[in-house]
Amino acid sequence: MTTPATPPADKQPVKREPIKAIPVPHYGRWVAAVVVLALVGLLINAFASAKIHWDVTGDYLFDDQIMKGAGNTLLISLAAMAVGLVLGVLAAIMRLSGNPVTSTVASVYIWFFRGTPVLVQLLIWGNLALVFPTMFGQNTNDVITPFMAALLGLGINEGAYMAEIVRSGIQSVDEGQTEAAHALGMSKGRTLRRIVLPQAMRVIVPPTGNEFINMLKTSSLASAVVYPEVLQKAKDVYTHNLAVMELLFAACFWYLLLTTVFSIGQYYLERYFARGSSRALPPTPLQRIMANVFSTRRPGVKTR
Amino acid sequence: MTTNLDKPAPRPTEPGRVMVRAQDVCKSFGPLEVLKGIDLEVATGEVMCIVGPSGSGKSTFLRCINHLEKVNAGRLWVDGHLVGYREKDGKLYELKDSEVALKRRDIGMVFQRFNLFPHMTAAGNIMEAPTQVKGIGKPEARARAHELLARVGLADKADAYPSQLSGGQQQRVAIARALAMDPKLMLFDEPTSALDPELVGEVLEVMRGLAEDGMTMIVVTHEMGFAREVGDSLVFMDDGLVVEAGHPREVLANPQHERTKAFLSKVL
Repeated sequence: MTTPATPPADKQPVKREPIKAIPVPHYGRWVAAVVVLALVGLLINAFASAKIHWDVTGDYLFDDQIMKGAGNTLLISLAAMAVGLVLGVLAAIMRLSGNPVTSTVASVYIWFFRGTPVLVQLLIWGNLALVFPTMFGQNTNDVITPFMAALLGLGINEGAYMAEIVRSGIQSVDEGQTEAAHALGMSKGRTLRRIVLPQAMRVIVPPTGNEFINMLKTSSLASAVVYPEVLQKAKDVYTHNLAVMELLFAACFWYLLLTTVFSIGQYYLERYFARGSSRALPPTPLQRIMANVFSTRRPGVKTR
Repeated sequence: MTTNLDKPAPRPTEPGRVMVRAQDVCKSFGPLEVLKGIDLEVATGEVMCIVGPSGSGKSTFLRCINHLEKVNAGRLWVDGHLVGYREKDGKLYELKDSEVALKRRDIGMVFQRFNLFPHMTAAGNIMEAPTQVKGIGKPEARARAHELLARVGLADKADAYPSQLSGGQQQRVAIARALAMDPKLMLFDEPTSALDPELVGEVLEVMRGLAEDGMTMIVVTHEMGFAREVGDSLVFMDDGLVVEAGHPREVLANPQHERTKAFLSKVL
């Protein structure tokens, strides 16, 4: 019987020749890159030679009115999201409850507000005075101000979406958790508050971040009820100076700024909530960019 | 196993004698009959092991005892109190959720898959019910949690989260969590079935200690060695019925029914 060749204890590390193979040529990638670059170039050229006074866009970027509009966009988005969160949690709990009346009411609420366009809902809130001239003893138009119309329209619509997100979060928690809590003598409400909701948060938080970023953009529809958010402000300006495109781009700048800032925030929030549940944290944006740039040769990355 | 509903209600249980009494307990999930009339009695301080093939209704019966499942027919008493209902003038009234919760405080349950609360530390898991349900102050509950952790051999794991513990450690924390409510009765639903073989012993050791301290225990298990050495009685269930019951050594050594023999020949 031959003994396997055991390396001597004082074995010197052998200097191994690394493999030097000619990589697979990705001709397709080169072709695609050239085509895409050409198209992008055409697009840039078109806009550069278009009759856009970029200096006007620049002048209005930090205009008082536009900045105020951006502030209002942020305000209505936060307020509508808060309304949506409260309604969503409420509707989700109603929908999951054993009471057939509350669960049906919640289902109909979700069905109606998810099934109709938010623009239509905003217009309905804005025109409520046509069918209810007075409300709470006051002129309806004094109660349903543009802010209120936007808040109700966006918030109640958001609540229907949040309800589904919260419901899926609650249902993602293992039934054994509820059973264990009940077996310890905890009541239903306490089990929900202490055991189920904290665990549901991991599932609820990421899509809620998405919803908020969507809300920043959807709030532009509030201009339909003349709420002075950034798009409405841009409209106000361009009806006077007729620089339509220039001001629309200025509005885009603010939307992009807000969504980018909150996307970065959301990204790190998700990373935080992923702790403990996933072994490897997702790569940071910088890591991802590096991985993409050097995708042809990725040392240490195994592909299957 | 003859069963009839006309049987007179059993005499009121003398305190300290019968902890659990089941009389013709039936349970169905839709058309599926899982329990077809279970009769048995567990005395205070007794350790009863329930064995049987999967799907025989062992776990369902255990879950009926603390009303996690609603019984369809028959009666179940724990410590002389009807489970899930109140009987008055020959009528049954369903108990309110809060009343059911009150009864469950006295019955500890240990699950196959531990079901520890993953967002709380080991000590947090143990303190949760005493502080939230019994209103015990946090310092007192914490002291008790440390005491219980020491009892299950995990004194140094108070601040560990469940994901940082092995299966055996998690199950021992789960036992400590159940003990924190000072139960009169402990239910074990296959407590070692989800464990790696080398971790089974540490959990059984804790359970043996509990039995020696006089805890009344009903244990659904596949650990025949534990049943033989620790159990005071052994019940073999199959197809929703108690097929055979008796002293563990006798039943294991000398099964009377064909089905018991067939089952034991496969697992022993």
